[in-house]
Amino acid sequence: MSPAPARKLRVATTSLAGCFGCHMSFLDIDEHLFELVELIEFDRSPLTDIKEVGPCDIGIIEGGVCNAENVHVLREFRRNCKTLIALGACAVNGGLPAQRNHLPLSECLREVYQFRPGIANGQIPNDPELPLPLDKVRPIHEVVRIDYFLPGCPPSGPAIWKFLTDLIAGRTPRLTGGLLHYD
Amino acid sequence: MRCVLQPEVLVSALPSVPLVTLDDVLQRHSHDPTRLLQILIDAQEIEGWLPAPSLTRIAAALHIPRARVEGVAGFYSFLYTRPVGRYRVLFSDNITDRMLGNAELLDALCRKLWIEPGKVSEDGLVSVTTTSCTGLCDQGPAMLVNGRAIGQLNHRRINEIAELIRQQRPLDLWPAEYFSIDDNIRRRDALLDLDMPPGAALTAAIARGRDGWLAEMQASNLRGRGGAGFATAVKWASARNAPGAQKVIVCNADEGEPGTFKDRVLLNSFADLVFEGMALAAWAVGASEGFLYLRGEYRYLRPQLEAVLASRRQAGLLGTSILGAPGFDFDIQIHLGAGAYVCGEETALLESLEGKRGTPRIRPPFPVIKGYLGRPTVVNNVETLAKTCLVALEGGEAFAATGTAQSAGTKLLSISGDCAAPGIYEYPFGVPIARILEDCGASDTQAVQVGGASGMCLASYEFQRRIAYEDVPTAGAFMIFDGTRDLFDVARAFVHFFAHESCGFCTPCRVGTALLKGFMDKLADGHGAKADLTDIDWLDRLLKNASHCGLGSAAPNPVIDTLQKFRPAYERRLVSLDFEPAFDLDAALAEARQLTARDDPGAHLKTHEEEEK
Repeated sequence: MSPAPARKLRVATTSLAGCFGCHMSFLDIDEHLFELVELIEFDRSPLTDIKEVGPCDIGIIEGGVCNAENVHVLREFRRNCKTLIALGACAVNGGLPAQRNHLPLSECLREVYQFRPGIANGQIPNDPELPLPLDKVRPIHEVVRIDYFLPGCPPSGPAIWKFLTDLIAGRTPRLTGGLLHYD
Repeated sequence: MRCVLQPEVLVSALPSVPLVTLDDVLQRHSHDPTRLLQILIDAQEIEGWLPAPSLTRIAAALHIPRARVEGVAGFYSFLYTRPVGRYRVLFSDNITDRMLGNAELLDALCRKLWIEPGKVSEDGLVSVTTTSCTGLCDQGPAMLVNGRAIGQLNHRRINEIAELIRQQRPLDLWPAEYFSIDDNIRRRDALLDLDMPPGAALTAAIARGRDGWLAEMQASNLRGRGGAGFATAVKWASARNAPGAQKVIVCNADEGEPGTFKDRVLLNSFADLVFEGMALAAWAVGASEGFLYLRGEYRYLRPQLEAVLASRRQAGLLGTSILGAPGFDFDIQIHLGAGAYVCGEETALLESLEGKRGTPRIRPPFPVIKGYLGRPTVVNNVETLAKTCLVALEGGEAFAATGTAQSAGTKLLSISGDCAAPGIYEYPFGVPIARILEDCGASDTQAVQVGGASGMCLASYEFQRRIAYEDVPTAGAFMIFDGTRDLFDVARAFVHFFAHESCGFCTPCRVGTALLKGFMDKLADGHGAKADLTDIDWLDRLLKNASHCGLGSAAPNPVIDTLQKFRPAYERRLVSLDFEPAFDLDAALAEARQLTARDDPGAHLKTHEEEEK
């Protein structure tokens, strides 16, 4: 193994149009977390509750891009992270949220906010606080440049651990055998 | 034998009651499932397309799963499982047709007929769309109307055609000059100069005996003219020595490589040489059955080819004990393709010949060991087979005397694009590109695409290179682009072609060609970024190394060559030196803005990240 970097690498993570399943899988590396915190420190992440991402070595994105806010966050990550990783099926391909892509957005919103049983005088929310949804859910590489893709729904803990240790040690991450899967 | 109805007969009658029934078609093909493709082609003549109940009936009659029939019907471009117009107009869409303005003519025809490209008119009269290269690059822009080829299209002709269609005039009553296809032979050498009475080459080969004849072939060093350049005698000897009786000779007349049309000319005017070559192969190999696999685009040649076969049978050059040689029994039947480029690959061709989807097989075993229906099979190109007549007449050594050390004999080139005299040129191997360009009257030549879409793109500094297997190998296509052409457009046209023709069997090719097309379109649409060039490189490598067959591995060739030799044509299309989305982000919010009646700053996205900061 190549020598560990002299300083701890700074890592940011976020979930866009995802289910946090990939983050949960990240936590599944279990006791490796102790080894990991010797090598890295977290910047913006659900684990730290830091709200703004600062300059980082590695950014990890779960989920696809479904609304304007996702675009802003993703761009901020790209600006700040030397290496940006698409983690999991939704980030790589759009995943489950992209199942709405074959329906017009208007149909989806009306179905949910106006025509759902039990809703009276429902309206599509239009508060400027809320990010507007895009017409289609996009995989993140269609919006910014992505350096690595780690597929799986979710990628397993061991796959994430192998991927990160490769990356931290300076090896081009390469998943083989059972670690590489798309479901 | 029942008369095979030609498409024009049906159109001329525009029948309300079909002239043939499905039972007739099934009967004609002896309910043989290996003839499924031929059955579907003929069955389509009944209604112009293949309605679902017909597919069900065919499956039941052949005792094969319905899914297999549907799978075959869905595979071939010229089989329609949805209604098409009674006049089916297909514009050839090779780059050479595009350079001659086919898009404008297609639009003009659609406007005159009040239809949208790709859709059937409401009265079911006509549909107009594009198809891959129809092999009329020397006399384009070209189209197929119900399978019959029309070249030299221009606005006057398009006006007339629109009128003829509106009047529902039967194709047989259209002006005959529309359908006259020229050979355009511009330079003749050994083969095209040959004036051989039918049977002369066979007589010579039979006189030498099977062994003697194969020895002549070995001495000739004749190599396959389909592009791969495999030694013909080695192929024949392998098939001959392969275990198994009932060996098969297949002539690959699925000339689908964009820009190639020399096989069309050979089949049109030298069919006797081609069939004689098949018999010569049969004599060497000991085969009794032969197939000419004719691409669907050349279907209009079939009646005259059948006539040549009939006269050869009459002359004792096909049938039993050919030319009195005991045990030399051989006959040839013609199988039609139906618009699938991949069937030019020999194992895909064999699958198609067996009535299946044209999916390439895994090799080995090679066709010479296990080919058509598992029998030892020789698959040779049209030109290769015609050339064997020369070997038989003049002897192997005389044949090997022309050409270069590793490339014996002559080569037919199909020349098209920016030159004064497009057409067929026969040269001894070793001819430099510059000499060819001079002969065909090309000036200000920027690039030449040799070998078709899957071949090589040569820039002007390479014009001293030579046509030969050891330098620039080619199946015969030679497309010329002068200084006014944009080589990015050329490469993009070829990428579209491969994406359309990918058989879909292996993921690297099915997905890779689609992704490559996406990147080329992204650049063409003004969303290009430097990062795309990196991704294109990566895709090129993936296609080349991971594809199942030659289609996928050749698909990136036009991009690899033009990226290397005409890189500025790509770079001038870049709007970002880093990354650029392929779509307009702000426009992607438009629907949501409308639904919420919002127009505040938060309801918009800047297309470029920098503008946001």
